[in-house]
Amino acid sequence: MAPWNPRIEEMPPDELRRLQFKLVKSLIYRLYSFNDFYRRRMKEQEVHPDDIRTLEDVAKLPFMYKGDLRDGYPDRIFSAEQNELVRYHVSSGTTGKPTVVGYTERDIENWSESLARGFSSCGLGRGDVIQVSYGYGLFTGGLGAHYGAERVGATVLPTSVGNTERQIELMQDLHVTAIACTPSYLLHMGEVAEKMGVSIKNDTDLRIGFLGAEPWSEQMRTRIQDWLGIRAYDIYGTSELSGPMFTECAEQQGIHIWGDLALVEIVDPATGEVLQAGEQGELTITMLQKEALPMVRYRIGDLTAVEEGGCACGRTHPRIGRIRGRVDDMLIIRGINVFPSQVEHALLEIPEVGRHFQIVVDRKGALDSMLVRVEVSEEAFSDKITELMVIKRAVEHRLRGSLNVGVDVELVEPGSLPRFEGKSKKVVDRRSL
Amino acid sequence: MEKSYIVKQISIFSENRPGRLAAIAGALRDAGINIFAFSIAEADGFGVVRALVDRPDDAHRTLTDLGFRVSFTDVIGVKMRDEPGGLSDIASILGDAGINIEYAYAYSGRDGAVLILRVDQVEDAIRQILGRGGELLEASLSR
Repeated sequence: MAPWNPRIEEMPPDELRRLQFKLVKSLIYRLYSFNDFYRRRMKEQEVHPDDIRTLEDVAKLPFMYKGDLRDGYPDRIFSAEQNELVRYHVSSGTTGKPTVVGYTERDIENWSESLARGFSSCGLGRGDVIQVSYGYGLFTGGLGAHYGAERVGATVLPTSVGNTERQIELMQDLHVTAIACTPSYLLHMGEVAEKMGVSIKNDTDLRIGFLGAEPWSEQMRTRIQDWLGIRAYDIYGTSELSGPMFTECAEQQGIHIWGDLALVEIVDPATGEVLQAGEQGELTITMLQKEALPMVRYRIGDLTAVEEGGCACGRTHPRIGRIRGRVDDMLIIRGINVFPSQVEHALLEIPEVGRHFQIVVDRKGALDSMLVRVEVSEEAFSDKITELMVIKRAVEHRLRGSLNVGVDVELVEPGSLPRFEGKSKKVVDRRSL
Repeated sequence: MEKSYIVKQISIFSENRPGRLAAIAGALRDAGINIFAFSIAEADGFGVVRALVDRPDDAHRTLTDLGFRVSFTDVIGVKMRDEPGGLSDIASILGDAGINIEYAYAYSGRDGAVLILRVDQVEDAIRQILGRGGELLEASLSR
């Protein structure tokens, strides 16, 4: 698909790195001069903007964490006055205080530009109708995708989340060709559509999905693509970066992180040491042009790896692989690190059970126990208890093999596991420490 | 000939927790479906509810629409004398013929007692039982 901004998107790598260095250098001088939070952090770390002589020297700069944003609530880290802001978003405070993100006009502009590049790299453009089924409001998903889609000339249908039957009717009536939502919500829509007698594959014009705001897997992509007859693309972002910001291109070989807007590092979650391309670690991002809420070496907490080298599509910017989990979602079961995404990954390869699951962690005596609740699939349901027990044990065996920790499996009735219309909450931890 | 004695049983996957049987029975009541016989087989945290009903196809559709996992299973119903030795007679016939019972349950009603059997070779079992003078429930009982 043709680039939206060819000069930037196909910039030779060394030229891109020179541009990044220039942007970092001026960002750090500006923050050291005008932002109390960053100046204090740099002084604590005994680093001065003059010490940043190459792009690699960014590793000398202090990290920033979610906790810093909470401590700075609501706007103490901002580098813009209120009268320069055109918008606020507020991220839900599931763990503690919420985070407020402010945007200057240029921040909104860069956000839309970033998504316009991503959307067009997947073939979205004039003539398309895109249903934005991310929440609108304080959450960044809805408005973010909305502005990006308008920028490429697509017609936006701002349905937001919920009222799923109406969404499916509108999808048919207005000939919707693309959708932006969470993968779990799209699966939910597919199920609701089938109950209504509508096949998204055969009875709608839907052909593209931009799916994100929660981790998903390659198997889930295959399942969605085959079942719904669309191309499903990963979209990535967090409110601190602005919102949903980066997508895959039509090649589906990783998410393109536009180097003029963001500098990617992958660090060891335990030591903070910068890792090489290809190594799995914690995604750390420096936003190079963000004005209102500057982000330098922000430890996002998502686990992935960066891939250098140009993409087959011709774009030269670094790409990140699928998000493998959250540093803070990580469960430690009897000393073994377990990510819910590993469970999802394993279950998708077992046709006898459905794709929804719930993990219940408990402590029996001194030992952690992990229970995975799954739904028996229609094809696998047998009248014979012995056959159901074989399925249960096969799933246990499979999970034990991929997680390296013993797991109990409970077969539950179809539809009984919670389907969430926003971010999936798939873990119940009952351990009291 | 044997086919007319093969009865369609419905089997329903159920979690082993309070209220699940009530949900199944309530759905059948609301659909006006009569249950002749039923049993519950339980395992680790779940169970299978098996039932003979007057309208198995309607029951299957009703429960599936409510989100239950439902399947049909072929069973036979053997009429027993409702007095000592009734079960023994039937069990001997099957045992002598080398037919294995996977599971069984029974009811005793106005018209006598019936043993419902799930066996590995249904048609063979029907032939043996009829050949030894046994009486079987007609499948036409349920439509």
